[in-house]
Parts: sequence; structure tokens; C-alpha cells
Amino acid sequence: MSYLTPTTLDDALGALSGSGPVSVIAGGTDWFPALGERSFDGTLLDVTRVAGMRGISVQETGWRIGGATTWSDILRADLPPAFDGLRLAAREVGSVQIQNAGTVAGNICNASPAADGVPPLLSLDAVVELSSARGVRRLPLSEFITGVRRTARAEDELVTALHVPALPEGARGGFTKLGGRKYLVISVAMVGAVLTLSGGRITSARIAVGSASPVALRMTHLEGALIGSDLPEALACVTPERLSTLTPISDIRGSAEYRGEAVVEAIRRTLTRIMEGQAHG
Amino acid sequence: MDKATATHLTGFMLNDAPVQVEARVGERLSQALRDRLGARDVKIGCNAGDCGACTVLLDGAPVCACLMPLQQAAGRHVETLAGLAMNDPDALRLKESFQHHQAAQCGICTPGMMVSAVALLRGVPRPDAAQVQDALGGVLCRCTGYRKIIDAVVGAHAADALQVAAQELGSPARRLDGLAKVEGRDLFGDDVAPEGALVARVIRSPYPHARFTFGDLAAFEARSDIAVVLTAADVTGLNAFGVIPGFIDQPVFAVDTVLFRGEAVACIVGEASAMLAFDPADFPVTWEPLDALMTVPEALAEDAPLLHANRAGNIMCGGFVACGDAEAALAEADMVVEGSYETSFVEHAYIEPEAGWAEVVDGRLQVQACTQATGMDRETLAQILGMDRKDIRILPTSVGGGFGSKIDVSVQPFLALAALRTGRPVRMCYSRVESMQSTTKRHPARIDIRVGAKADGTLSGLAFKGDFNTGSYASWGPTVANRVPVHASGPYFIRNYRAESRAIHTHCPPSGAFRGFGVPQSAIAQETAFDVLADKLGIDPLEFRLKNALRDGQPTVCGQVFDQGVGIHACLEALKPAYERAKRACASFNAQNDSVKRGVGIASAWYGCGNTSLPNPSTFKAGLRSDGTLVLHQGAMDIGQGSNTVIVQIFAQAFGVPVADVTVLGADTDMTPDAGKTSASRQTFVSGNAARLAGQALRAQVLQQANASESAEISLDGGHLHVVDADRVHHVDLSRLDPDGEGYVLKAIETYDPPIAPMDKNGQGIPYAQFGYAAHLCVAEIDLKLGRVTPISFTAAHDVGRAINPLLVEGQVQGGIAQGLGMALMEEFIPGRTENLHDYLIPTIGDVPPIETLILEIADAHGPYGAKGLGEHVLIPTAPAIFNAVYNATGVRLMRAPATPARVRAALKEAGYA
Repeated sequence: MSYLTPTTLDDALGALSGSGPVSVIAGGTDWFPALGERSFDGTLLDVTRVAGMRGISVQETGWRIGGATTWSDILRADLPPAFDGLRLAAREVGSVQIQNAGTVAGNICNASPAADGVPPLLSLDAVVELSSARGVRRLPLSEFITGVRRTARAEDELVTALHVPALPEGARGGFTKLGGRKYLVISVAMVGAVLTLSGGRITSARIAVGSASPVALRMTHLEGALIGSDLPEALACVTPERLSTLTPISDIRGSAEYRGEAVVEAIRRTLTRIMEGQAHG
Repeated sequence: MDKATATHLTGFMLNDAPVQVEARVGERLSQALRDRLGARDVKIGCNAGDCGACTVLLDGAPVCACLMPLQQAAGRHVETLAGLAMNDPDALRLKESFQHHQAAQCGICTPGMMVSAVALLRGVPRPDAAQVQDALGGVLCRCTGYRKIIDAVVGAHAADALQVAAQELGSPARRLDGLAKVEGRDLFGDDVAPEGALVARVIRSPYPHARFTFGDLAAFEARSDIAVVLTAADVTGLNAFGVIPGFIDQPVFAVDTVLFRGEAVACIVGEASAMLAFDPADFPVTWEPLDALMTVPEALAEDAPLLHANRAGNIMCGGFVACGDAEAALAEADMVVEGSYETSFVEHAYIEPEAGWAEVVDGRLQVQACTQATGMDRETLAQILGMDRKDIRILPTSVGGGFGSKIDVSVQPFLALAALRTGRPVRMCYSRVESMQSTTKRHPARIDIRVGAKADGTLSGLAFKGDFNTGSYASWGPTVANRVPVHASGPYFIRNYRAESRAIHTHCPPSGAFRGFGVPQSAIAQETAFDVLADKLGIDPLEFRLKNALRDGQPTVCGQVFDQGVGIHACLEALKPAYERAKRACASFNAQNDSVKRGVGIASAWYGCGNTSLPNPSTFKAGLRSDGTLVLHQGAMDIGQGSNTVIVQIFAQAFGVPVADVTVLGADTDMTPDAGKTSASRQTFVSGNAARLAGQALRAQVLQQANASESAEISLDGGHLHVVDADRVHHVDLSRLDPDGEGYVLKAIETYDPPIAPMDKNGQGIPYAQFGYAAHLCVAEIDLKLGRVTPISFTAAHDVGRAINPLLVEGQVQGGIAQGLGMALMEEFIPGRTENLHDYLIPTIGDVPPIETLILEIADAHGPYGAKGLGEHVLIPTAPAIFNAVYNATGVRLMRAPATPARVRAALKEAGYA
């Protein structure tokens, strides 16, 4: 039973490759609620002081977001308009208090179907960097989250970063979260999108939907259909048939029927905001 | 690598001082700050980041201390309200501004709010409202409705120029207990236990209905970490509590069968350090789950098993009021509107969970906890413990919100039994989940209503049937059953009326008192049916209400005639300018928008202050000491609503001195006479009257000493009591009078009990000595595709008789509207599913729109200086006003609360919206 605060990645990975189970903590914003009122008698690995784990850097082929980067860090970072969706999502994660502590890696490792960060990261084609004493591997985010509260992370691995590959010139992002109140809310449905436009028509589209399936999903049918559309055509493209991979459920936050409809509407509004924003320069 | 942090000291700066603490693995920063570093100004409301009460600054950035491993503070600077309030320039300005605007009511969220605001102001010295909302969005408040908090933060930069308001009756005096709240010094239920107190935890049922058997309790109790195990066998008196004679039915500990999820079966007591590691799953109990009746239809089914053998059909009790012939009138009406409505469980969601401690002092039991009802707590404990009331002292803490639920006991019986058994101080604090599982709720209602009118809009008859899910035990269910039929007419003149209510048992948590006792539910049905009726008759809804509004001299549905003080007309008239503006604004908005529509809705309310046709006394004591100290024994519990201020303003007025001359003691059952419970909107009215009488009686004694006339002026100046009568100045030498056992040379004890009379079998009689009246106007926006209803503004007209403190009136109104908004749009407690503050949604600072309060003073002959009660009136018209705004905008009638986006969207589709 110990609390580990490594400052180097090697030490952190060493701790994970030991014999006993180790629980990883960063911002704690999901870890403590999951613990509830129980006591904890295991080993806790705090990754917030590991060198290189926090911050956003521009790389040759895109961006690297350190795993312990907080949502507030994202909000403060100088990022191109393609990240607008991620930035909007960062503002919607819980509250300022949560954004100041909660991390990007924590959000994806928690693997909630309603994780605010996942749809925008999916729409950015984010790739997860998993490090262990065995080496480093990269997995697309869509393959990293495997189910409700399940990920492809092995017990000895740490999510050290997310990589966002180079984005098409002029790409713009958007994000829409529907919830039952203004702040501190778990979404009923979410949409993250990144579009490129030429002459008011869509030349590339990445649309991801959260809270409407066990794992947030990219809407590939829709993405293909949107190519070449202007705004009215794009809105008409958004049909339930093109979103058929979604499996919305009924729960306290909304009925399956409502979720299905709300997703259609949320996508349309996200597209509208991005495309009108583009039009208005 | 620092491998051994578990045994290392974590050092950081706490406010201005370096501190070190041995950090446990998995220890929350909040826990260490409170329990080991004495920072009790850091409040814990949820332990899950849902409420923000524990917000501290970590190197200047606001974080939830409950979500931060203590070790992460190492080497950093942690700032809390108590530290900031000493010398931080922004905090000093916020302190003034919060008091000036009364941005703190109960004060439990105030540390989180102010700390978040300090962080904002450091970066943005003059924020606008939207910036304040974004910065404070992570802190929940259940009292204020947030608007005063926004005002206080927006206005903080100008705090140095604020004038402190006068304190006399009628002035917007600052809260007399406000400074402690904004400095983080106010002490709540979990802030007062002495170090070394044992800790108690309750073992609760995970099932809504189950039989259970214990394993080897003796062996369990022999464990080194356990001091005592308490079960039903350890209850020394009656293993039952309740609030109404004849309905004392809830066991402290279930004996062999539990009737709701969260019901207590045992209590474990141990040393604080041991209880940290205690796992309730280790407790030896075996459950046999049984079928549970969770809804009223299930409970009323013919073959449904009975929850209580003596309550046939699972019907606990009912209420009935009838006058004239409702059926005949409906048959003859030109237009009749019907409707079936449904509302949900609503959780009080005060940010302070139930907490307190108890100890035995010189053979007497002393319980210090958060409560709305000190006298009833003492009576209940006397019965449970088999002790004399005089051997029990209830010493309440500040209360971090109550709204009705803290009238019933919660932690008190466990603490009392444990302290008596162990002979040591024992403390406990409910977890958020435990609080939500086990304490009372607002009754879900199923209401059928029919209302008819003549073609000219004159109401002809109203028939009302309401079934209320009263849960597993009685609590205040009988009160809800009684109050609803008296109020379900609304404040209107209806000569043919029939209203029946029933309280139905289910395997749900006990439904109890919650601001309005069932009337907010009935008002939804009645007030929205009125709008449909007016619409069908082609009459404007405000005109329809004005036409039928009760007037002085007209009988209520109970046959009670008020010759004076009926203020509903004035309230409705007061809304007219806002109504005309809103109608024009909505029309112009709707002409330009297709996917969102705006509407304006109005709803009225009335509410009888005090108990329904039952005695409801309050007693106050005041005295003068020989040194000239004027003392008021103030027993009316302030749960944030402001009785600590209002009662003193009334007393000072009655005695005839400035508020600052009054020394206030209490509440404390050893010191303060029983002022009755803080409920039924009775404290300003009933206790206010008792305080007035005590002030007048003491004044009369002083004047007698000086042989002065009634118009004489009393002054207390540095212990010198002078009476100025016309041109004569008397010095009353108090030191020549003999002090009594309490040290008073002059003393007055006065009781006020409202004049009421029993109701007959048709509910005809005098249920209340006074009613208060209200009408709300809401402008709401409806997103047609998403079904979202967003209130844009409220105008709230309230007849309070006399505004003893207009700022407190506004605070009550705004806070009530926020609760009404939550009930209308988002709040739905589902046992076993929404037992936390992220699945159970209450409004945040971004959800409550601007509120204009119109204070009307139609004096009441019984009220102190004309004042009427207010606390519950404030939320009754809110939900129907919102629903009526939706009807106005879309023609869609909402009949289920909460009207969540999914439900509204479904209703819109059914009405033909694409």
C-alpha cells in the first residue's frame, strides 16, 4: 500500500510492471467518485509529476497531447480551428474545478459512453500512445476504447499521450453537447465534428457521436454522403438511416427514441455552426 | 523516485502557513483539510465533484478538494475561504458584496462560491454575468436561486462604496448571522464534533423490500475496530419515530423486514481511524429480497400486499374538502377542461448532508446536529430513548439547507443511542448517497382534475382527485393529504368544489415535508387546466384569473371568509405591465424564429401559514439584565431563510430600540422556549408574533418602571436605560432591581398561537389564520426539435403583508423559483437510480434566469406588523407558470413533471410538430 509519485516515465512504467496491481491516478475526477465512500488499500500511481506527461506540442506530423494534460490546458493552448470542437468540449467537462484537474488521458481511460472528450478526439482521428516497459504502441482511439468502461490498455501500460495527425488545410471543428442543465451535466447526446470546405461545400467530414452507443462512434456513412454538399444539402444528408450504427438506450436522461432524434438535430446544428462560421470568415 | 510517500509527510502552504500532514493512500485533500488541519471552512456536500462546496485554490486554480489526492498538494499553495477572507483583496470585496446582496442564505455553498469567485476576480476584475456563471458553474446552491450570487460577484469591484443598509423593520438589513458565513466561520452539522469522538455508520438495506436476519453480532462487536453494534434490540424506549400523533410508525432500526431501500437495520460505532477502513459489506446480515410495490397503481392493486397491516388497501389516510355541488356545476358549465397529471419524487438536495454529534454531559444527553425542529427532536428522542425530555438538550448547528426534510430526525437517534451506550462523544455525517436514499422526499402525485366555467369566464365548479405516493412510512404524509384539498382550488372564488386526496404507501423512501406540502403538485394541475379553459373560452389567462380571483369577504372553498388581507388581485394586477411587455416581445421573437418559440405563462398561488386546523404555538422569552443588556431568546431555527434576522428586527421594533441593541441567544432547548418547527411558512408569522408580544410585554414593564406613556421612547446607551416621554427623560436604574435566577431584572415570556378552528367532515372551517398570495410570470423558450424548455425571465409578485426585510423576501422568492424550475424541468428522484447529485439534477447557476420580484404589502390583521408567511409560496406558482408559457408558445399542454426534453419533445410530436 503506497502512493507513488514518479517524476520520470521509466519509474512510472517500472511501477506498473511490478507484481501487484497498481491503480493510476491523474486528476482524480473519475477515480474518487468511483471509489465512493470506501477506503483504498492498494498502490496508487500518480502520473501528474511525470516529465513530459503534460502539455501540447506541435510535431512534424501533427500534435502531441500529453496524457496528463488537463482540460484547462487545452482551453489555454494555441490550437488551430480544427480543434475548436475539442476546445468546446473542454469547456463542457464538468466544471472549471473538474477542468483544472481532469486530464485527457483520464477521460479516455475512464471509457464512459458519455465522456465529453471522446467525440471531438475521434473527429480529430486521435491516436493513443500506450507506453510500457515493453515498449510503445499506438492505437487509434476508436480501437482503444473497447466497451463501456473497457479499454485496450494492458495493466502495465500507461496512456502517455494522444497524437492528432496533421489536419487538412482549413479544417474547422465543432462540438455540441445536449444535457439536462447548463453546467455539471452528463450528456444525453454529443457530437464532435471536423470539416473542410471549399466554396461552401464540404470536402472532408469527420463526425463522431457520443452517448448514443456503448462507445462513441464515427458516422462513416454520413461522412461519405456529406462530401460535396452545401449547407442545405448537408442538413438533408443527416438522416437516421445514415446513423444506423448508433444504438441509443433509454435511461434517466432520455428515451432511446429521443436520443436518436436529438443526435440528428445535434449533428445538423454542429454542421450549421461550422459551415456558417466558415462563411462568415 | 519517491516510492514511499505513504509514510512521508506531505507539506504545503495552507493559506499563509506551512503545514505538514502524514498522507494516507487514497486520502482526499478535503478530508485532510477538515479533519487534520482544522480547515472546517472547506465544506463537503457530495464527495464526487458534483456540488463544488469543497472548492479550494491550488496554486490559484479552483479545484474540488474532494477529488484531489492529498499528496498532489505537496509543495503547492492551497487557499481556502477562511484564509482568503482574512486579507485577500478580492475576498474582502466579495465579503462585503455577498453580505450586501444576501448572496449567502444557509451559507453551506458560500465557501465554494466565494473561492471560485476569487479565482475569477483575480483574472477578470469586472466580470459580466455570463463570466460569473461560467466561473461559478461548478458550485451548486439550493437556497438562493443564484441571482444574488451573480449580483454580488458582478458588483464586487465596487464593494468599497457600498452603504450598509439600515436594520430597522422594513429595511433590507444584512443578515445578522451573515459575516460568519462569508468568512468561513459558520459551523454546520459536521463542523462541531470534538476531536476523538467515535464515529457511527448505519447499515442500510440495499433492497426496497426484504426480510433480513443477522449473523453473529456478538462476534462482530468483538472485533477490535468496533466499539458497539446497535440494532432494534438496543433501542431503550420506543423503536419508532414520526411527526404526527397516530402516525409514529418508522422504526429507528427495522426489526426483521425493511420497507424501503436505505432503511436502517443497524448502526456500527468505532474509533474514527478504524471506521475509515470499515467496509459495511463485512457486516453479518443476510437479505431475502421480496417483491416491492414502487408505484401507486401497484400499491392500490386489489391483491397488493399491505405495507402496514392496519392500513387497508395501502391507504394511509386521505383529505377531503367540498362545498356546493361540483358535479352539478360541471354538468351545467359552458366549458369543462379535464386532465390527468403526474409528478415525480423530488429530493431536497440541500448541500449539507445530515450530520451531528452527541455526548452525555452530567447524566444528560446533548445532541448537536442540523435540524429544523429542536423541540420535536427532543420529544422524539425522549420517546425513543425512554428518557425525560428535561434530560435531553438539543443544541442545533447552523443548517445547510432543510426545505422540510430536516424537520424529521435523521442522525439524531443513532447518535443518541450510541453516546448513551458508549458514554463517549459520537459523531456521524451521512454520505450524499445515504442522505438521498434514506431521508424524505416530495410526494409524487397522480392528479385528475376537472374544471368548468361559464361562457363569460366565471368559474362554476372544480373536481380534484389526487393520489400521493407517501412511501413506506408516514412522516408528513398526513399533512400533505390534509393541505392539498384545502389549497387545490387556488386563490379563487369557487362555490362548487370537491377535492379528495389520498396518501398511498409504497416501498419507496418516506415522502415527507418539502416546501409546499403537496400544494406545488396540485397547483400544476389546477393552474395549467385554468389556462386551457381560458384558452377554450377565448379569454386571456390573466383576465380569467382576475375575474375569478378571491376577494375580501368571499368564502374560500373551506367556507372561511377573510374580511381583509386577500392579496391575489393585487399580485395579478402587478403583473400586468410585465405581461403586456412579454406578450409583445414573444410575438416579435416568434415572427422571426421558426425552430424556437417563446411564450408567456402566468400562475397564481396561495398558501395557508401554520399548521392546518391544529394548534401551532411559538414562545419567546426576552429579558433585561441589570447591566442594561437586552437579551432575546431566539428559538426559531434559521435554515437559511433568515429568521435569525427577521425575528430580531420584529422584536427590536416591538421593544422600541435599534436591532444593534439586542443580544440574541439560541437556539438551544436549554435556553430558548419552544418556537416550534421551521415549516409551514410559520416563523415570520407565528414566531414573529411571539417575538413581537415578548418585545411589547418587556417594553410595558420598562415603561411602568418609568411611569411613562406608551408613546415613550426607550434608549439603551452603554448600559443606561433611558425612557423619553414627551419632554421628560427618565433614567431607569436597572441595578436596583433584583435579578431572577437567569440574571434578568425584567423578563417577558409570550406565546402566540394562530386563531384557527377545526374543519368538519366536508373540510369546512378555519384551517389557517392567514394565507399569503403570489402570482408568477414566466417567459420561456421552447426548442421545438430538441424539446428543451429554457425559462428566459420571471416576474414574481408576492403579497407578503409587510416586508419585514425586503432583501430576505427577494432571497426567498428567487430561491423558491429555482426549486420550482427544477421540479418543472429536471428533478426526478428514482430510488436506486438517482441517489447522487450528478444523476439527480438540480438547477445550476446557468439555469436560473433573471427574476424581478414585485413585493406587495396587503397587511394581514394577524401578522406581526401585517406580515404574512412566504417560504413555501415562492415555489408553488413557478412550475405551472413555466408549463403555461409552453402552452402559450406551442399549444402543447404539459402534464408530467419534470418536463424533460425527451418528454416535451414527445408531447410536441404528438401535437403534430415535425
